[in-house]
Amino acid sequence: MSKKILLEHIATPNLTNIDVYMGTGGYKSVEKAVKTMTPDEVTEEVKKSGLRGRGGAGFPTGMKWSFLAKNTGKPSYLVCNADESEPGTFKDRYLMEHNPHSLIEGMITSSYALGANTSYIYMRGEFTWIFPILEKAIDEAYSKGFLGKNILGSDYSLDLYMHPGGGAYICGEETALLESLEGKRGNPRIKPPFPAVWGLYGCPTVVNNVETIADVPWIVNHGGDEFAKIGIGRSTGTKLISACGNINKPGVYEIELGLPVEEFIFSDEYCGGIAGGKKMKAVVAGGSSVPILPAELILKTAKGEPRLMTYESLSDGGFATGTMLGSGGFIVFDENACIVRNTWNFTQFYHHESCGQCSPCREGTGWMEKVLHRIENGHGNMRDIDLLVDVARKIEGNTICPLGDAAAWPVASAIRHFRHEFEYHILHPDKVKDRNHAPVPTLQEA
Amino acid sequence: METKFQFSAEAITLANKIINRYPEGKSKSALLPLLHIAQGENKGWLSVEAMDYVAVFLKLQPIEVYEVASFYTMYNLKPVGKYVLEVCRTGPCCLNGAEDVIDYLQNKLGIKVGETTPDGKFTIKTVECLASCGTAPMMQVGMHYHENLSKEKIDGLLEEFGK
Repeated sequence: MSKKILLEHIATPNLTNIDVYMGTGGYKSVEKAVKTMTPDEVTEEVKKSGLRGRGGAGFPTGMKWSFLAKNTGKPSYLVCNADESEPGTFKDRYLMEHNPHSLIEGMITSSYALGANTSYIYMRGEFTWIFPILEKAIDEAYSKGFLGKNILGSDYSLDLYMHPGGGAYICGEETALLESLEGKRGNPRIKPPFPAVWGLYGCPTVVNNVETIADVPWIVNHGGDEFAKIGIGRSTGTKLISACGNINKPGVYEIELGLPVEEFIFSDEYCGGIAGGKKMKAVVAGGSSVPILPAELILKTAKGEPRLMTYESLSDGGFATGTMLGSGGFIVFDENACIVRNTWNFTQFYHHESCGQCSPCREGTGWMEKVLHRIENGHGNMRDIDLLVDVARKIEGNTICPLGDAAAWPVASAIRHFRHEFEYHILHPDKVKDRNHAPVPTLQEA
Repeated sequence: METKFQFSAEAITLANKIINRYPEGKSKSALLPLLHIAQGENKGWLSVEAMDYVAVFLKLQPIEVYEVASFYTMYNLKPVGKYVLEVCRTGPCCLNGAEDVIDYLQNKLGIKVGETTPDGKFTIKTVECLASCGTAPMMQVGMHYHENLSKEKIDGLLEEFGK
């Protein structure tokens, strides 16, 4: 059994009740922080822990906190990014539904470190039934003196509020999220200035993912060094992985970073292998935006070493042969899954979700969708494959926010590793016209 | 500006409570939450009157409300059925049969995606990933996620909704 931090007590009945949560050791970090530590000492522990942003970018959290502009004469804000909408990712939802106080406790302790007296949880609007769960948890925290004026008799005060989104993937990008929280369209801002200097209402702001914030109490309670002992190298701690696709046991699993990918997919403790006894064709390891890898490259790196669930191992080989840990949205494709259809599906997603600000993304996502539509539906031309590569390359790196990259990578990687499937669709339109068509043969068989 | 649409007394109380979450002078932040309330009080969609009412409520120009309402997918700018069946169409759901779910609903209700049944009861919408990939295929109806959908489960739901 691997170490559990976030889901250690998940089987405890009524964990959403604050008394039950406190019975498992909950809210101790608030008391420890506000009574015995300075805000900078809390930040120092988070730095020592090596915790990296769990939303997908993997940026060191303590460093992000230390960038927060000080003595500006303006209030500081902590905003929780609970706009979970990366396809394949459903871990934050699980945590908020089943262990809401872990997020509230993390918000209080983290807000204390950042000197924020007002904090917001920006949650995607579709999670309608999670709002009452978190609002009840917030009310309970107020009634116990963990929120409000002079928390636990200290000088520190904090108000915490929920804020609903309106249905837009782009609002998971932190500056788009802030625009949205200000009541505007979710158009990402040009950086710099970064939110740490110019964030919510032009004030210094930190935006962190749900899971990142929920890790903070454990770090404060046990010390950053203890957290850093879990995992391998610069991939410290545990990570929630949401596994889905053609596997026997889809769900949310907390793993110690460093777990071999093969064990994660095939062990009964996790995914339990491929559904229906089929073979595995490919994996998207960190949400739809990260490069897709064929079975052999997800299990072993190009050097032949076992691939591990860490930031470094999954990206070993760069984009030529590697991918990214991303958000932990782990999508498994069996031998029958059509890579062309899935790639077309993903481009529809990015075309729909592009905010439209930057022309490479606004136009490029639409072109990729159209070209993939014609390949998938039997009207493709061999030139289309290189056209797709060209369009993807011209989007990547040429937009204000990473949505452009996120739209380009799935297309570029699918062609890099599964070019023969695209060619087969173009050469044999009659054999792939049924959307649940037979598996595409490998080049040798074709 | 006189408009026909009005918040109920409860909605006004809730709206004022929400406005108080934001700093002095930043009440525009309440726009998204207030649009959700307005939609809930206007049979599931935002008419121009409803958006104008919210603009007056928050002391905004109407265009500031329209440009936001048209950006986010949860806001319906046209009338919808009593039950809006929002089926996830993104990759992971499709690996588990979301396209079959969409076909089945279209055939069963005799309408296409984006349409409403003539009796005004059902609208089918396709939506992007709702973070339910481990319980695919799925659809959201109002407050609820209906997951691990099968034909039998869909039949049961439609019956429950009174088809």
